[in-house]
Amino acid sequence: MADRLSAPGLARAGTPRVTRGRWVLERALTRPSLPALVVLALVLAFFALTAPELLSARGLAGVLDVAATLGIGGVAVALLMVAGQFDLSVGVLAISSAALTALLVGHAGWGMWSALLASLTCALLVGVVNGVLVVNTGLPSFLVTLATFLVLQGTTLAGVRAIAGSGRITALDEASGWSSAEMLFGSTAQLDDGRFRVSLLWWLGVTAVATWVLWRTKFGNAVFASGGARTAARELGVPVRRTTVALFCLSATAGWLIGTLGLVRFAGVQVGSAGLATGIDFIVVAVLGGCLLAGGYGSALGASIGALLYAVARQGITLAGWDPPWFQALLGVLLVVALVANAVVGHRLKGVPRS
Amino acid sequence: MSDDEPRGLALRGVTVRHGSVPALSRVTATFPAGQISCVLGENGSGKSTLVALLSGLRRHDEGELLVDGTPVRFRSPRAARAAGIATVWEDLAVAPLLSVWRNFFLGAEPTRGVWPLRRLDLESARGTTARAMARVGVPDVDPDQPASRLQAGERQSLAVARALHFGARALVIDEPTTPMTVARQTLFGQTILDARAQGLAVVVITNNPRYAHLIGDRFLLLAGGQVAGNLTREDVDADGLTALMAGGDQLSVLSDALTALHPELGDR
Repeated sequence: MADRLSAPGLARAGTPRVTRGRWVLERALTRPSLPALVVLALVLAFFALTAPELLSARGLAGVLDVAATLGIGGVAVALLMVAGQFDLSVGVLAISSAALTALLVGHAGWGMWSALLASLTCALLVGVVNGVLVVNTGLPSFLVTLATFLVLQGTTLAGVRAIAGSGRITALDEASGWSSAEMLFGSTAQLDDGRFRVSLLWWLGVTAVATWVLWRTKFGNAVFASGGARTAARELGVPVRRTTVALFCLSATAGWLIGTLGLVRFAGVQVGSAGLATGIDFIVVAVLGGCLLAGGYGSALGASIGALLYAVARQGITLAGWDPPWFQALLGVLLVVALVANAVVGHRLKGVPRS
Repeated sequence: MSDDEPRGLALRGVTVRHGSVPALSRVTATFPAGQISCVLGENGSGKSTLVALLSGLRRHDEGELLVDGTPVRFRSPRAARAAGIATVWEDLAVAPLLSVWRNFFLGAEPTRGVWPLRRLDLESARGTTARAMARVGVPDVDPDQPASRLQAGERQSLAVARALHFGARALVIDEPTTPMTVARQTLFGQTILDARAQGLAVVVITNNPRYAHLIGDRFLLLAGGQVAGNLTREDVDADGLTALMAGGDQLSVLSDALTALHPELGDR
């Protein structure tokens, strides 16, 4: 289990020039999620003092509710970032796929499950288009997915207005298959005065599976190599292109899942101009979790901790009674701290000793 | 070309184009098993393209690539490695952030279990890596440390150990650009000679004619993507190879031209 991005000092723990303290420090620095964990503890402690309600069942449920949605998208984007790519379209894809499901159910009279399957197929199609465009044109995925974001946003807004007459589609709970869909995507559990949602379990599941895939499968190895050493990966026959397309499909699926969770929760969908922030949030979360912008380094667990950090900061500021814009300022500060920490870690890891 | 030695690698009239420009043009050569073939040439002479072709990174547009007499067309470097042709790349193809064993098996990881649960076989991968590294003279390396923590020489050894592990039939060695110590170079040479003794076809791409003459059995000279010379050890000595490598003809033409313009150069 000593694997991770591995501890440099491990084999040479006995070498005299490495002191114990330094060894611990070096070990810690090789874990992408550690800085996020430390900052999370600090922020949590701060808001526990200024807004004690945060730690009540109700406060925690609020935090975890925000973190779950962000975490699902953040983990998918983190995998993409490890492979050296970005995806700005996850957030808007959530809205688009939810809107498509709602239109199919509310206006075309489809059953819930067939509509979900259709919107999942469309989401995957968007993922394939993103991926194929990126690997075939060699354009930065930041720009390719920005284009996808704009197309999806425009199409969704105009399409829903044209078909439904307004930006709202409601009363979907009459559809066939609604109760089973609600059980899977909309269950809640009341604990004390906090209502915990099933999205939490989806989040944990996605994080666990992504972590396993990243560290324990060939695909995970291909993801790391695609981002950290693309030439080497190509020379060794790692399927870089296929891996990249698969990851874009994965992030599209995450978008669909987020959209479906929201759709089932409100039994409807409201499309508005979401703004670019929805796309950037997931990247912020992945960076907070220790992903390097250059790729090759990061973890699913880190992204989940990043999501938690984001959620604690947001709910903490609300509960402490501060003006909500302070959240943006705090997030900016956290982002800078994360970027600097990641740069230091990345520099240390990539630092190649001279012969 | 000779058909009396069917084992090993061979090119028959191979052309590889970058766009419309041929990087290799109707190249015919053999790299027999149990011999060390050195490929010499200036930058841009098509050496890298030859490496890419033999290791499956590029495919030929015309002609034939023969492995033990059978025409093949590798779809990817993975296919070439599966056929027993392993490469030591000029840049070593080592991912700095991945651990040593992940680097060792990158693209050809051992797995166990059935599909949804198919996972890396960590124990066997670590064990094999440690043994293979010991075989090339790096005995106590921790397979879990990132490759960036290895000394430059150890990274060269990692690349060689990997090629030896996967190269059952042929070894393609593109001489690393990173400087090598004499000890490391000795180890490299020893590895190459061992591989020849085991009956592998060894292809060494180098810029150093003296080194090539020291270890090589055959010499393929490339210039402008074409075969400029196909020699064996009996045909040429080290000085002759050096002169050929430096472009002997071109050099005399150049010195004549310069001397004609600046007669004082002739006095040197």
